[in-house]
Amino acid sequence: MVPRETARRKEGASLSRAGLRDQFSAWLQHHRLSAADSLRRVLDNPASSLLTWLVIGIALALPVGMNVALDNVSRVNAGWDSPAQISLFLQDGVSVERARQLEAELGARKDVGETRFISRKEALDEFRNLSGFADVLASLPENPLPDLILVTPVVTLDEPAVSALRVELQGNSDVAEAVLDMEWLQRLNSVMELSRRLVLVVGAMLVIGVLLILGNTIRLAIESRRDEIIIVKLVGGSNGFVRRPFLYTGLWYGVGGGVLAALLVSAALWFLEEPIGELVLLYESAFDLTGLGVMGALNLVILGGILGLAGAWLAVSRHLVHIEPR
Amino acid sequence: MITFDRVSKRYEEGHDALREISVDIKQDELVFITGHSGAGKSTLLRLIMLMDRPTRGQVIVDGQNLGSVRSRGIPQHRRNIGVVFQNHQLLFDRTVFDNVALPLIIAGYDHREVARRVRAALDKVGLLARERAMPITLSGGEQQRVGIARAVVGKPKILLADEPTGNLDPALSAEIMDLFEEFNQVGVTVLIASHDLVLISRLRHRIITLSQGCLVSGRAQ
Repeated sequence: MVPRETARRKEGASLSRAGLRDQFSAWLQHHRLSAADSLRRVLDNPASSLLTWLVIGIALALPVGMNVALDNVSRVNAGWDSPAQISLFLQDGVSVERARQLEAELGARKDVGETRFISRKEALDEFRNLSGFADVLASLPENPLPDLILVTPVVTLDEPAVSALRVELQGNSDVAEAVLDMEWLQRLNSVMELSRRLVLVVGAMLVIGVLLILGNTIRLAIESRRDEIIIVKLVGGSNGFVRRPFLYTGLWYGVGGGVLAALLVSAALWFLEEPIGELVLLYESAFDLTGLGVMGALNLVILGGILGLAGAWLAVSRHLVHIEPR
Repeated sequence: MITFDRVSKRYEEGHDALREISVDIKQDELVFITGHSGAGKSTLLRLIMLMDRPTRGQVIVDGQNLGSVRSRGIPQHRRNIGVVFQNHQLLFDRTVFDNVALPLIIAGYDHREVARRVRAALDKVGLLARERAMPITLSGGEQQRVGIARAVVGKPKILLADEPTGNLDPALSAEIMDLFEEFNQVGVTVLIASHDLVLISRLRHRIITLSQGCLVSGRAQ
């Protein structure tokens, strides 16, 4: 609390009293000295400080790392273009001419972006080539596949509108069945939403944990300097003066924890980058893993610092007032 | 300078530390407070320091009624009073210089001014050569003198001492008392609680005697 280096060894000729301006510069100086002194105290016990930093770092890295993972997944998700496609399976008796006419009608609609007619014969050929069941298919007495029109709604159409469009097309008398294959996407989206909330809940709990850990660490620091606090209060130290070094101690623990958290997240991403790259290759997709970035890391350090200050404030406001000269 | 007006202090456990004490101490005085342990000497000093509040009555220090000083104002009040303790209350992880500088750092003095005043105070108590020493390497008498230097470095108007010679032999005690007299001669009001009657009766100053919280003698000069 009281800076060890109090004054430079210089004889001053001035007889100035502690005026306002001097008070302010002394206040600044005490901030500077408190910050340096607190940092030295933190660094003087590297083992226990490292433990505190690690605890805070891990607690911050967990939710932040999960969040980075979710961000990456949702970017992949957004990369799948226009998944909403309605497959119209036509009734058995509909002629090819009627089907082409229907395709043209649908293509003219404002909410439809693109249509494609696949006749039952084309479908069978495609299936034969792709599936390797050529022999089996050849033995069938007739083509089991229906005529098909693929309808792609315009991209601006949102989910409920696409669903409504499907219902409307289902009502067409030539259409046997209109299938909108979107369910898996909806499922993915709800899983994503759930995960985001989970990250929030876990993050909130861990933040509270960090505050309590810091509060406890600062409480111990206060206890170990009890005698010093009493002496300082006896010779006229204000609560602010006594509080300052402990707030800086909290700040240093928090900032260190934030730096460690950023390092941990970066290390985890680096560790995962290669397998993810291989996985992505298998899906023939272009995808780069996005990390925290400089701003993300900086934010994490700032967040750590804020949590450190807050935790220290909690401890200081609870414990310091009870230490009075007796 | 210090006025007690029918001051009583009863601690929560029901013990009466002071009963209806009225006493007036002038600016140029050096006053001893004596009595058996538990007579209320320390309580008297604690009330002046605002380490405690009286149960009844008023304490007025340097024209200010302490009843009107809120807890926020206590640090400022204490900066105007120098205190010397029996057990020195030094910071053992700081040098002599840093210990003496503490009140000035708290009051917000410029570091050049701090250095100048600390040296002057250490010179006064004869410890200028030991400014870089750690308190633990000093003798009991030297530690007490560091405590005195710290008490006077802020040039307080009032100097309080609670059993300042409690652990010292007679020769050292006399030296310490000489120091207090010197400060008194330059206009500091000095109040010393001591039960060393042999020592204090040799010095010609007012002696306030307390017994079981009551003022027995020494009300007036």
